[in-house]
Amino acid sequence: MTERSGADILMDTLVEQGVEVVFGYPGGAVLPIYDALFNDNRIRHILVRHEAGAAHAAEGYARSTGKPGVVLVTSGPGATNAVTGIADAFMDSIPMVVLTGQVATAMIGTDAFQEADTVGITRHCTKHNYLVKDPADLAATINEAFKIATTGRPGPVVIDIPKDVQVASAPANQTEPRSRFNPPTTGAPEAIAQAVAMLAAAEAPVLYTGGGIINSGPEASELLRELQDLCGAPLTSTLMGLGAFPAQNKAWLGMLGMHGTYEANMAMNRADLIISVGARFDDRVTGRIEDFAPNAKKIHIDIDRSSINKTVQVDLPIIGDCTLVLRQMIDEWKSSDASAQNLSEWYARIDGWRARNSLAYPQSEEEIMPQLAIERLFELTKQYDPIITTEVGQHQMWAAQHFHFFAPNKWLTSGGLGTMGYGLPAAIGAQLGNPEALVIDVAGEASIQMNIQELGTASQYRLPVKVFILNNEYMGMVRQWQELTYESRYSNSYSDSLPDFVKLAEAYGWKGIVIENLDDLDAGIQAMIDHDGPVIVDCRVAKLANCLPMFRSGAPHTEMIMYGDDTQREVTAEAKASV
Amino acid sequence: MKIQHREQERHVLAITVDNESGILAKIAGLFTARGYNIDSLTVADISENHNVSRITIVTHGPPAVIDQIHAQLERLVPVHKVSDLTELGPHVERELALVKVAGKGDNRVEALRLADVYRAKVVDSTTESFIFEITGAPEKIDSFVALMRELGLVEVGRTGIVGMMRGVNGA
Repeated sequence: MTERSGADILMDTLVEQGVEVVFGYPGGAVLPIYDALFNDNRIRHILVRHEAGAAHAAEGYARSTGKPGVVLVTSGPGATNAVTGIADAFMDSIPMVVLTGQVATAMIGTDAFQEADTVGITRHCTKHNYLVKDPADLAATINEAFKIATTGRPGPVVIDIPKDVQVASAPANQTEPRSRFNPPTTGAPEAIAQAVAMLAAAEAPVLYTGGGIINSGPEASELLRELQDLCGAPLTSTLMGLGAFPAQNKAWLGMLGMHGTYEANMAMNRADLIISVGARFDDRVTGRIEDFAPNAKKIHIDIDRSSINKTVQVDLPIIGDCTLVLRQMIDEWKSSDASAQNLSEWYARIDGWRARNSLAYPQSEEEIMPQLAIERLFELTKQYDPIITTEVGQHQMWAAQHFHFFAPNKWLTSGGLGTMGYGLPAAIGAQLGNPEALVIDVAGEASIQMNIQELGTASQYRLPVKVFILNNEYMGMVRQWQELTYESRYSNSYSDSLPDFVKLAEAYGWKGIVIENLDDLDAGIQAMIDHDGPVIVDCRVAKLANCLPMFRSGAPHTEMIMYGDDTQREVTAEAKASV
Repeated sequence: MKIQHREQERHVLAITVDNESGILAKIAGLFTARGYNIDSLTVADISENHNVSRITIVTHGPPAVIDQIHAQLERLVPVHKVSDLTELGPHVERELALVKVAGKGDNRVEALRLADVYRAKVVDSTTESFIFEITGAPEKIDSFVALMRELGLVEVGRTGIVGMMRGVNGA
């Protein structure tokens, strides 16, 4: 039987898995794999500038294409640098396979050069991880890793490969497929019937949808629209779920949660039935648990049993894949001849909350309000059906509030972990997966600096990504919380010593645009769109604008602060302790 | 501001897992990472071909947390099955302890007599010491150890409990 090296087995198995792009950075412990890549045209390697960039780029690729992202990094610092991206993918359930080099098996445990306990470090931020000690196990391990990463609730899987395992050879075709990982896919029929009966009987229902719909594939979004059409229920979505339901639909309540709309949170609070589809009752959604939707029966559709009753006790759990469960519900609705209650009174109440116009913000003649900048960005780019990534902070929430989404896989943001520095590498990954798309990273001047080195990656691969910086010279969300909770003591939240972003852009071969005046806003955005290549826009916005509406961390989800409300009141120790 | 504490329940979980490297660290780490408690943990290979181990964990927490522990354990890829014996109903819990007692004269005689009452076996002896092997429910071992403490207890080693459902069916 012919034998192949571990590195060759790895390459062949990745190709068999349909991998086209790998994001990585070479180093001592992965040199055999990089040598195997050297003359192999089957896989495109994207050289990032920092391993965190590789992991986030793989996330952006995965979120925008639905295919697993693949990362290749060296041992020790290569692996530890990738950990933030791995943890990010774990929190947001993004399919990813991370290949890390490791020192040779005989050296493990000796504190060898560039040795780190990668399996130990990543144990609790991966869905599963492996240390492969024999090249004969490589193919089966990689195949299982892809299955685990992409099925059930998706997530990152790490495969740690010692250098000698990459070099040593093993017989070809020795891959015994494993089949131990088989998560449930369809919901229990009796639960489906009960859910449909509850939905048909509800007088004030709300569909509450999350990232699970996106992860389940584009069909889930179509089925969601179909189910909503049948039952007529108003619909809100988490940050992770934006795009699954078109924002122009009259049933659309906007995003819910801490920075969601007033109508979305009030509808959740006053609903008699909440159907959660692929969402997890995160604390940013519920606010104070005791005050969350007290009168609603709750149905929770989730692929992960551990999401059920984790924070909020529900009345009817349905464990299954969103696509299949939604189809089951639609079939059941039709076959049982269900019909919805008259929801006109419910919609009338919702209109009352809508009339508060919770996304309103003060207009300014002199300054560019950040909300306005997002609105104009939306208006001027919507015809191109753009993919939007974000960093983390005020700009992220403003983008979620004022940009509108009509299709899944167009909105890529770090929701669970809240990782500053996510947006630029994610945009690079998304652009690689969608070469024709307009990809824009909506950023803040602080966040963008966290992975600014990836400008070079976009230059190298001629990726025309756009970075739109809402520059308010503050870590705006930190400043806002300090205003709300610490009587405006702005401890270390001022972005001092900022670079000249235009010069920085030019230094990397990008185009740089600065927008300082309201009158230049549209022209600046248009110039960004029109430039055939990567662009940084430094958009100088009002410095002290707050992102509202907002309920405070640990406060009831109905107690929303809006523009015009006093933001300077006393705060209890409990509120200060709430993240 | 004060930290609030919630009511606790004790549960015995029997977990069958793939016998692969790191599985114990995964499970123990899951408990620390999510702030769960481990009162005792036992693990041993139970299969003919050394593929599968059974782990018994005694834990405590509020009912909702116990349910989360169950679900979080099931999420781990190498975990085949999690059985909450406390939830499932009548079950047997047994633990083994080795208890070393040193002494002379009356104490030595009394220790041997009590060992007999508790059906503990002598597995090693010198003229000045015994090692007793005792098996039973954890409370029985607790009370035996408490008695030995007065009679010259040197050291105790306990296995932690293993548990199994009563009756004909497996968990």
